[in-house]
Amino acid sequence: MLELNNISVSFPGFSLKNISLKVEKGDYFTVLGMSGAGKTLMLEIIAGLQRPDSGKILLNNQDITNKNIQGRRIGLVYQDLCLFPHLTVADNILYPLKNKKFSKQEKSKTLEKLAGHMEISHLLERYPKSLSGGEAQRVALARTLASNPEVLLLDEPLSNLDVKLKSELRQLLKKINLSGKTIIHVTHDYTEAATLSNKVALIENGVLIQTGCPDDVFRHPVNEFVARFRGYKNLFKCTFESGVNSQNHNIARINNEIAVLLNEKIDYHKGFIVVPEQDIILSEAMLETSALNRFKGVVKEFYQMGFGMEVIIETGVDFSVVISQESFQKMNIEKGKELWITFKASAVKTLNG
Amino acid sequence: MTNKNSIKIVFLLLSGLILLFIIAPLAGMFLHTSLPQYKETLADAEVMSSIRLTLWASFLGTIIFGIASIPLAYILARKKFPLKSVVNGIIDLPVVIPHSAAGIAILGIVSRGSLVGQAGESIGINFVGGIAGIVVAMAFVSIPFLINAARDGFAAVPEKLEKAALNLGASPWRVFFTISLPMAKKNILSGLSMMWARGLSEFGAVIIIAYHPMITPVLIWERFTSFGLAYARPVAAVFVIVCLVVFIVMRVLSNSKSDA
Repeated sequence: MLELNNISVSFPGFSLKNISLKVEKGDYFTVLGMSGAGKTLMLEIIAGLQRPDSGKILLNNQDITNKNIQGRRIGLVYQDLCLFPHLTVADNILYPLKNKKFSKQEKSKTLEKLAGHMEISHLLERYPKSLSGGEAQRVALARTLASNPEVLLLDEPLSNLDVKLKSELRQLLKKINLSGKTIIHVTHDYTEAATLSNKVALIENGVLIQTGCPDDVFRHPVNEFVARFRGYKNLFKCTFESGVNSQNHNIARINNEIAVLLNEKIDYHKGFIVVPEQDIILSEAMLETSALNRFKGVVKEFYQMGFGMEVIIETGVDFSVVISQESFQKMNIEKGKELWITFKASAVKTLNG
Repeated sequence: MTNKNSIKIVFLLLSGLILLFIIAPLAGMFLHTSLPQYKETLADAEVMSSIRLTLWASFLGTIIFGIASIPLAYILARKKFPLKSVVNGIIDLPVVIPHSAAGIAILGIVSRGSLVGQAGESIGINFVGGIAGIVVAMAFVSIPFLINAARDGFAAVPEKLEKAALNLGASPWRVFFTISLPMAKKNILSGLSMMWARGLSEFGAVIIIAYHPMITPVLIWERFTSFGLAYARPVAAVFVIVCLVVFIVMRVLSNSKSDA
């Protein structure tokens, strides 16, 4: 439905390089990247606010690369919302409709429907400066939806909201998407991408690194950048050695000393391993299990988390382990205490790098 | 005496002196004019007709030239182009050149032998010795006040809002009239009232183009040179009061409109 083919644009000190992606009708497509990665610029190019140096943008197979902004039918909700401060909420929402030949009745019907949908009916006579962040976000969404765009572009829509509002707005965005609206959402927040999207793309320094469904992308990150975005804490640079022990296991060697046994067959020499923190067992004595990786270490730090504790164990490298409050108290954990960490070879993910 | 106190005293003293410098001559003029003189001046048909002409001519110049100069102010605020700083400098020229010289320059353009003068005459407009000439002279010297204020007003409107309006399907015309212009309104109204006020006080350029019909600054000068200070002062006092009242009313109206 929306297709970007080799879009490139250069500015002094920054460029987008050969961006290609395909968004199907009804997709919730999230572009993840750090600040300054080129996410907003990409949206501005799709919306026509910036012109690419090369490449094509196709909407329903029609080339819209050079089409003017107002004729594209692509709605952009800016990160700072850009509500018109001199217009009331109602007039902001009706702005796209005053353009066209809508009857008064049609306008008020649309206003009523959108305001109800966004739960802002009580705000219609207010001015934007009197709205809270969450209210303003809903008004901006309603205004853009009033223009009935083919594709809705959202620039960091949840970035300035508190946890409760984030959750409410996430549900609203999902509802909008489920009503059939195609959405492209850019963010730096992995959780937003994981909870909302059916497709994600990761962008780094103006280049798309990996695209796919969230499960695939985050289970099989193509490089360290993607893995770090997923939020993996136990991500280690290592060298790989094949079939070095009696059971012919492959080994990932961290800092030339710690040897982590792997199940996977590796055909590259250098890279990264990821050990998900929830796959590590923490114990006071060495466990006699089938898990092949067992390391003795000392407690370096521990932090309170939402429903448990994160404990950092120094074994030569620092492993982050998540345990319950109950286990933490039972083991009587304190800084400097000797503990064992255990994890299966199959839990270790490898990345080329 | 501490440093903090000494700076406070020096600043207050200088501020007081400057305020006195502005207020004293005006207060002197009002106080030296007796009540009967005010009454007599207000009953003087020549004075009242000249005040009406001055207010009207300046208002006309402000409306015609002010509206016409809004697009230039917008371009200066939004667009980058070669020699933009030169254009900005040109706009300020009427403020820096002597106004009698400005009058001579305008006369060259609107005199009866000139193209503009002839075109005006063909449709019954006389610039030299006519209201049209007064309007042009007043607008010439006061237009920088509006253009500069409007340019600053447009520059303060975030360009992103205009782009957001385009993204919502508005045409560039609609974006200008519904977003840019209303959001720059406060500056534009302030610029218009400054332009109008500056036009009222013009003397040098107007006297060269149109001694008659007589605007109030010319009338004050004529009474001063023909009859002396005592005859000129009541006219000046009445004119200043009228200007102040109209100016304050306009500022209040423009502020209440732009705050709405």
